[in-house]
Amino acid sequence: MNPQKPLPQATPETQEYWDGLQRGELRIQRCRSCNRHYFYPRPFCPHPGCHSRDVEWTTVSGKGKLHSYVIAHRAHPAFAAPYVIAVVALDEGPKMMTNILIDDPRPETLPADAPVEIVYETVNEKVTLPKFRLV
Amino acid sequence: MPDSRALRRKVAIVGAAETDTVGYLPNHSTLQLHAESAFNALADAGLTLDDVDGIATAGVSPAQLTEYLGIMPRYLDGTSVGGCSFLIHVSHAVAAIAAGYADVVLVTHGESGRSRVGVGGFGGGASTPGGQFEAPFGVFGPPSMFSVPIVHYMKRYGLTEEQLAAVSVSTRQWASMNPRALMRDPITIADVLNSRLIAWPLHLLNCCLVTDGGGALVLVSEERAKDFPKPPVWILGRGESVQHTNISQMWDYSEWTAAAKITGPEAFRMADLDHSAIDHLMLYDAFSHTPIYGLEALGFVGAGEAGPWFEEMRGAPGGALPVNTNGGGLSYTHTGMYGMFAIQEAVRQLRGEAAAQINDVETSLVHGPGGWFSATSTLILGNQ
Ligand SMILES: [Zn+2]
Repeated sequence: MNPQKPLPQATPETQEYWDGLQRGELRIQRCRSCNRHYFYPRPFCPHPGCHSRDVEWTTVSGKGKLHSYVIAHRAHPAFAAPYVIAVVALDEGPKMMTNILIDDPRPETLPADAPVEIVYETVNEKVTLPKFRLV
Repeated sequence: MPDSRALRRKVAIVGAAETDTVGYLPNHSTLQLHAESAFNALADAGLTLDDVDGIATAGVSPAQLTEYLGIMPRYLDGTSVGGCSFLIHVSHAVAAIAAGYADVVLVTHGESGRSRVGVGGFGGGASTPGGQFEAPFGVFGPPSMFSVPIVHYMKRYGLTEEQLAAVSVSTRQWASMNPRALMRDPITIADVLNSRLIAWPLHLLNCCLVTDGGGALVLVSEERAKDFPKPPVWILGRGESVQHTNISQMWDYSEWTAAAKITGPEAFRMADLDHSAIDHLMLYDAFSHTPIYGLEALGFVGAGEAGPWFEEMRGAPGGALPVNTNGGGLSYTHTGMYGMFAIQEAVRQLRGEAAAQINDVETSLVHGPGGWFSATSTLILGNQ
């Protein structure tokens, strides 16, 4: 049996995010009280000192910076090593985990804070994953 | 207002022991490792299970443990937040004993980390935040999760791979003095950098061991603490916090915020000590960078200074402030939730019975994470 890549299962509070990716849009939430974006989806603002429930969905640019990463050599059985597990900082503020799509990943070609942009990677009729590439 | 300083030196560790051996124990189930640790720690204190009226454990539930041991305590703590859970159990036991909830608290750890005998499941389902926002990107256990902040820190402070390697080299020097340590052959910076890549910037020798083993502690009040075979090891200060479970949700990759803002300051305040009074450090080393973040967060050095500090071998044998004198999770043993072993070594040093005993130790600070910088706890222990 071939190992399967783990796939996400949406919950009511995250459905809009996953539906947005399926349409080719990065939909995240913004707090109307403190005007900050946040990730991952939940029906209130997680920023310390705010925690407002007055929040809305917004479509963001999908542009950001390579905040930090590892080059995984000891691979998940469904993944071909080496691959890049990264956290990108979106231009709107929130950080999210992703993979950087790059052949032959090496530290020299992946400088921290390098600009990145989203690539919508469709897996099946329910799941599109947000991957990123260097700009 | 109640003040934790009132509980300074009110509770002591009077029994402490590990399993007979640590390393590869394929004939021991997880619960058996708990029990062997418990019997050894109680024997160390001259007590039996019938004297225990409070228990604390992680990994298995208090219900599983009491059933297996055949006891019915009147205080229980099942806080299970990863490797530092046992530090937190000690912290809670101080308050519980002072409040009269229990007279004798037994804290146990046992984990068949390598052999996986009688082990439960790990991780959450596909609809948890981790299942949705991390698992799809191929994170594969602690080496590819705990390690994610490092590159950001390297860019910010100039930390080098050589400095990361120096933590492993320093720790191995201590392990080479400890016959129970699994890895005792001296290593060099080059050995670390030439070892197999696991998740760059981490090589194999930047990663902790995976072993079987256990340990247990027995705690009692100040009034009773003098009546035991071994000198008491006092809990002087404590701190605990928790912030995230997914590494992508850690607040700041350039520092260990929970330790810097909460657990370190609370422990030092309760202990009424400053940094110069700490003789010995146990900085839980799941990976080479964990002690680097810990040393800075606790305020022993400034931001960005811990890499050079370890590179100058200041925590190694002969250095100014001994760090991880049992050989650490990197070279001694690491069952999965290593915090118990960090406490055990602090107790041995304070009793004067460590394999690599340092001179004139009166205080030891034990600090560690649960998960991947997720939970945090600090203990300050003393023998005076
Ligand atoms: Zn807000």
